Amino acid sequence: MSDHESTYVPKTGVEKWLDTRLPIIRFGADYMSLPTPRNLNYWWTFGGILALCLVVQIATGVILAMHYVPNTEMAFASVERIMRDVNGGDLIRYTHANGASMFFIAVYLHMLRGLYYGSYKAPREMIWIVGCLIFFLMIATAFLGYVLPWGQMSYWGAEVITNLIGAIPVIGEPILIWLRGGPAIDNATLNRFFSLHYLLPFVIAGCVVLHLWALHAAGQNNPVGILIPKDREKKDMVPFHPYFTVKDGFAIILFMILFALFVFFMPNALGHADNYIPANPLVTPAHIVPEWYMLPFYAILRAVPDKFGGVVAMFGSIGVLFILPWLDTSKVRSMRYRPTMRTFFIIFVIVGLILGWCGAQLPDAPVIGTFKTFILIDGDLNSYLWLTRFATLYYFAFFLIIMPLVGLRERPKPIPATISEPVLSGGDAMTAAAPASPEKKG
Amino acid sequence: MILQTNIRAMKKTLVLIAAAAGIALAATPALAAGKAHELRDGGFSFDGPFGAFQQGQLQRGYKVYREVCSSCHSMNLMHFRTLAEPGGPFYDAHQANPAENRFVKALAKEVQIADIDTETGEPVMRDGTAADRFPSPYPNATAAAAANGGAAPPDLSVMAKARHGGANYIYSLLTGYEAVPTGLQIRPGQYYNVYMAGDLTPFMPEGAHVPPGGFIAMPNPLRDGQVTYDDGTDASVDQMAKDVAAYIAWASDPKQVQRKQAGLGVLIFLFLFAGVTYVSYRRIWNGVAH
Repeated sequence: MSDHESTYVPKTGVEKWLDTRLPIIRFGADYMSLPTPRNLNYWWTFGGILALCLVVQIATGVILAMHYVPNTEMAFASVERIMRDVNGGDLIRYTHANGASMFFIAVYLHMLRGLYYGSYKAPREMIWIVGCLIFFLMIATAFLGYVLPWGQMSYWGAEVITNLIGAIPVIGEPILIWLRGGPAIDNATLNRFFSLHYLLPFVIAGCVVLHLWALHAAGQNNPVGILIPKDREKKDMVPFHPYFTVKDGFAIILFMILFALFVFFMPNALGHADNYIPANPLVTPAHIVPEWYMLPFYAILRAVPDKFGGVVAMFGSIGVLFILPWLDTSKVRSMRYRPTMRTFFIIFVIVGLILGWCGAQLPDAPVIGTFKTFILIDGDLNSYLWLTRFATLYYFAFFLIIMPLVGLRERPKPIPATISEPVLSGGDAMTAAAPASPEKKG
Repeated sequence: MILQTNIRAMKKTLVLIAAAAGIALAATPALAAGKAHELRDGGFSFDGPFGAFQQGQLQRGYKVYREVCSSCHSMNLMHFRTLAEPGGPFYDAHQANPAENRFVKALAKEVQIADIDTETGEPVMRDGTAADRFPSPYPNATAAAAANGGAAPPDLSVMAKARHGGANYIYSLLTGYEAVPTGLQIRPGQYYNVYMAGDLTPFMPEGAHVPPGGFIAMPNPLRDGQVTYDDGTDASVDQMAKDVAAYIAWASDPKQVQRKQAGLGVLIFLFLFAGVTYVSYRRIWNGVAH
């Protein structure tokens, strides 16, 4: 809440001196006392979890950069040397590698939470848009980082993805050469990827500041999705600390357990074995696949028969998220009160998983059994090619058709006037207000 | 009621974490999909969260590598000193400094290392030391390829991480030289292995059953009794394959057992920490409906 009054009183002389010059303690104290909707559930803990992920990635990454050698002849061996000869190097490197996967698990759940509870709607559009920007930067950073160990998947992944740029008519080819630093992927490519991989996380950190600033200005959404009136702040809100520091803290520890399971016991389970084969430009792997977190977008890329069309679809699938606040015509934020939209949302999540699955398969492979059905245009109907296409259609239809139409036509359930109403059905229930008509709810 | 809410929230969180793990794992089998024959299970001592290497097996495996594999395959990321690190085949608790380990010094001395004379700069061959890398069998990759029908034998340093199935794959491959199926057109310099990746359809007569496996350029490297184990173990092909697979699995990630042991401590700590935090959470939120 932007108009949240500061309750910080500097006590010592040093604090008073600092408070008039750089009120940084006041800033922190105000953040800690920020009134926060008391009904935030565990889906809201992913913000804190993501902050942890970013800190872990930067901290481990800075150490890795001290030992890594960005040279095509030495990169692969230098990564292995880190794991063999640097003190604690195996943990640092596996934490960084698995940390990327953990980061994406958390960010996908964080985004789905925002989607489900309508956290992108007015007045929170900027929080969402900056968030989308962070997501895009994360994908770029993860891709650049995956190239650095200079294994087979690193090299061929870079080959496939940079080639996409070359699909852009006219200007594609010069941009491709400019990006790679030459006509082929080589030492110059590795060097610039390393440089950018070090730079982008700090750009992400800057965007996180904007993300939080916007959050601070517009206030947090909550599972009920209503704006909390000023006069109910005392009843419906609790200070961020200790209430949400402890709740977020608990969730973070649970997340760390998942993280630790991967790092200590199956550090390579999420990676591809081929990336432990040093890059060889003369040998193409049988099956080039990106890391799991990019598979849905890779599937969308391959769903379109035209190369440039595929690139447009892939970037479009992320781009469409940026305009989400204006595609949703419903005034009701939370899908708790939008049963129709909720069903479409659940299908959307399943479709996202299907796209991820399809991204790891050969397009020609049959989905069910081993039989062929009939050729539809350019592929058998019982193939991942067509499953991917149907899923891609739903992905775009969800945002571009379902969201605008359902918002106009659906009949939302009555929305509680206060957030206390649904959580306190008995006991110290607040005054139960009559359900308001959804049209009037901001 | 608050308790129920909390339990519900807890359940939700667990479901959520399970879902997250599910999403992550869902991609893995898909990546592993291929035409390969199902691998043989070596029943290795280091499988699972509590598993550890058997030092005797690692020593036997090293011997197989040194006497058989190393005539064609390099292990460029390995140093002799690594063999004496904690968990390694020649670790000795009485000689904690790997560079001082007497076994490793003796093993290193058995190989000749190309170097330059520090006085004259002339190229010389000298005895290996614990600090040296394992020497490559060929002077360079081109020479390795030229001597092996055009493809250099792969480096074995991280082989267990570079193949799906890890140690089981290596074990299976080394014991997978079965009789050539009737009708299979096999080129000179190629061998049939049931566990090798590939598709043999083009090499079989039309309509014939296509056998699993593929062509491999490496002839069957092991035969019974090829090495003499110092501990008296019978050197059957199966035993040697298993031992060398264990050794390569260790070499691919020499710290894996220590990491798993540390991981148990970390998990115990995290579970306790989670418990304490949950109790604090309950106390702080006590009486605050949410």
